[in-house]
Amino acid sequence: MIDEIAARFPYWASGVLIAVGLYGMIGKRSLVKKLIGMNIFQSAIILFFIAGSMRDGATLPILLIEDGHILTPVDPELYVNPLPHVLMLTAIVVSVAITGVALAFLIRIYREYQDLDEESLLKKVR
Amino acid sequence: MLAALIVPVVARLRYELGFILALAGVGLSAAASIWSLVYVLDNGTMHYNLGGWAPPVGIEYVVDLISAFVAVIVTSVATLVIIGTRRWADREAGDRLGSFYGLVMLLITGLVGMVVTGDLFNLFVFLEISSLAAYALVFLGGGRAMLAGFRYLILGSVGGSFYMLGVGFLYFSTGTLNMGEMKDILTDDATARSVQAGAAFIFAGLGLKMALVPMHLWLPDAYTFAPSSVNTLIAPIMTKVGAYAMIRMFLSVFPDGYLKDVVPIGDALLVLGLIGIIFGSVAAMSQKDIRRMLAYSSISQLALIAVGVGLGTPLGLVAALLHIMNHAVMKATLFMAAASVRFTSGITQVADFTGLGRRMPFTMGAFTLGALAMVGIPPATGFFSKWYAVQAGIESSQWIVVAVVLVSSLLTAVYLFRILESAYLHPLQPEPSHGHDVPDGFGETEQELALEAQAREAPLDMAIPTVVLGLSTVVLGVLNAVIVINILEPGIV
Repeated sequence: MIDEIAARFPYWASGVLIAVGLYGMIGKRSLVKKLIGMNIFQSAIILFFIAGSMRDGATLPILLIEDGHILTPVDPELYVNPLPHVLMLTAIVVSVAITGVALAFLIRIYREYQDLDEESLLKKVR
Repeated sequence: MLAALIVPVVARLRYELGFILALAGVGLSAAASIWSLVYVLDNGTMHYNLGGWAPPVGIEYVVDLISAFVAVIVTSVATLVIIGTRRWADREAGDRLGSFYGLVMLLITGLVGMVVTGDLFNLFVFLEISSLAAYALVFLGGGRAMLAGFRYLILGSVGGSFYMLGVGFLYFSTGTLNMGEMKDILTDDATARSVQAGAAFIFAGLGLKMALVPMHLWLPDAYTFAPSSVNTLIAPIMTKVGAYAMIRMFLSVFPDGYLKDVVPIGDALLVLGLIGIIFGSVAAMSQKDIRRMLAYSSISQLALIAVGVGLGTPLGLVAALLHIMNHAVMKATLFMAAASVRFTSGITQVADFTGLGRRMPFTMGAFTLGALAMVGIPPATGFFSKWYAVQAGIESSQWIVVAVVLVSSLLTAVYLFRILESAYLHPLQPEPSHGHDVPDGFGETEQELALEAQAREAPLDMAIPTVVLGLSTVVLGVLNAVIVINILEPGIV
C-alpha cells in the first residue's frame, strides 16, 4: 500500500487535494472559503495533468537546430510530453478568470450586505 | 471553408458598440450557420483546421449535420431574443450596456464554439467562456441574483473541472484530444480502467452543466433572479448546448454502444432523466413565481432530452436532438412572453395573470402556443419529440419511459394551463392580489408598478419576436418530418 502510494505520489496527492477542495466547497459556510476550495480543486486537476506528462530522466522537448542539422536526438523517450503543459496554461488562465470574476462578485455582495456567511446572507436577502 | 462561421465568431468579440453590433453579429452568425447547414447538407461534413495545423496536432473545427443544426438553433433563437429584450437590457443594464452586450456576445461565442469544435480540450475552453459570461450576466440582477450567481459559479466551475479531469484521463490513455481520432483509438481498445473513469467524470461534468436532476440546484435560482433580458437568453440555449455536448460524447467520442454496455452511463442518464421529468414537473406545479415555474419546467424538459440520449438508440437520439430544438423555441417563447408581461405590468406571480389574455392578446397568444407545444398538442413541436421518445421507448421495451413521458405531458398541462386559465377565463382584476408572500426582495416595487400599469400590449419590438417564436413552434412542428429525415437521421448514422 505504502509502496503503491509512493510510486504514484502525485496522483494520490491530487486525489487528496480534490477531496479537500470539494470539502471546502460543500462543508464551509463562508463564501470566501468556498472559493478557496474551488481553487484548490482546480489546482489539483492541474497537478494531475502535469504529473501525467512526467517521465523519469526526461528533459525539455526542445530541438536544437543549427545550419539545418538537428543537434539533439529525436527520440520521444527522452522528452517530457509538452502538450499537457500547454493545456494547463490555458486551464490556469481559465481558473484565474473564474477566480477574478468570483472575487468581484464577493466584493459586490459584501458591499451590499456586509456579510459573506452563506446562511446569514440567505436570511438577509429574504 | 468554415471561415464564414469563424469570422463572425471573432468579430463578435468587439465590445462596446452595443445593441446594433450585437444584433449584427448574431444575425450574421445565424446566417452563417444556416449557410453552413445548407452547405453540409449538400457537400458533407466541413473541417476547418485552426491556425493551419492539421489534426491531430492542431485544433480542428468540425461542422457536421448535427452541429450545424444545433448552431442554427442557438444563433437564430439568440437573434430573436436579443431583439425582443432590447428594452429590458436598456432598463436593467443602464450605462453598462456596452459591457452587457459584450458579455452576451461572449456567451454566444462560447456556445457556438462548443457546438462546432472537434477537440475535447477546446470544448472545455469554450464551455468556460460561455459559463463565465453567464455567471456575470446572472449576477447583474443584483440582490438575490448575486447569491444565485455565485452559487452558479461554484457549481459550474466544478462541472467544468470534472469535465477537464475526465478529458485528462482520456488523454493519458489515448494520447489524443481530437474527437474523431479518440473514437478510432477507443474503438480498437477501450478496456482500460482510466477510460471508464474518464467517461464517468465527463458524464458528471456535463450533467452538471445540463442540470440533470441531482445536479440541478443552481438552475432555479439563477433563472428566477437573473435579469429578464438574461434569463430569456440563457434559458433556451445554455443548457441545450450542455445536452448537445453529451450527445456528441455518445456519437463521436466513445465507440458505439460503449457508454451503454461497458460503462452504464446510458442507464444512469435514463434513470436520472426519468426522475428529473417527474421531479421538475411536480416542482413546477407548486411554484408561484412564473420564472421559477418555467425554470423547473426546464429541468423536466432537459430530463426528457437526457432520457432520449440515455436510450442510446438512433430513435432516442433523434428524439433528444429534436427536443433540443423544440425546447429552445418553446422556452424562448414562454420566457419572452413572461418578460413582456413583467415589462408592461411588473407581474411575476402566477396568481396575478388574471385577465391578461384580454389585456395583452398577442403576448398571451404566443404564450398559449408555447404552452400547447410544451404539453405536446399535435400540430405544435413538442408533440413530435415526445412521440419519438415514446416510440424509442417502445422499440427498446422500456415501458417505464413510455409511461413517464405520457404522465409528464399531463403534469405539464397542469402547471401551464393554470396560467392559461387565469389569463383567459377569469375577469380582469383592477389590481393584482396582494395575498402572497413575495419571495424576492424587489417584488414589492414591482407590484406597485403593476398597480400603475395600464392595460396594454407589450411594445411592438417585444411582441413581434415573441409572436414569431410562438408561431415557429407550430411551423417547426409541421416541418418536423423534413428536419428529421434530412438532417437528424443521416446525421446520427
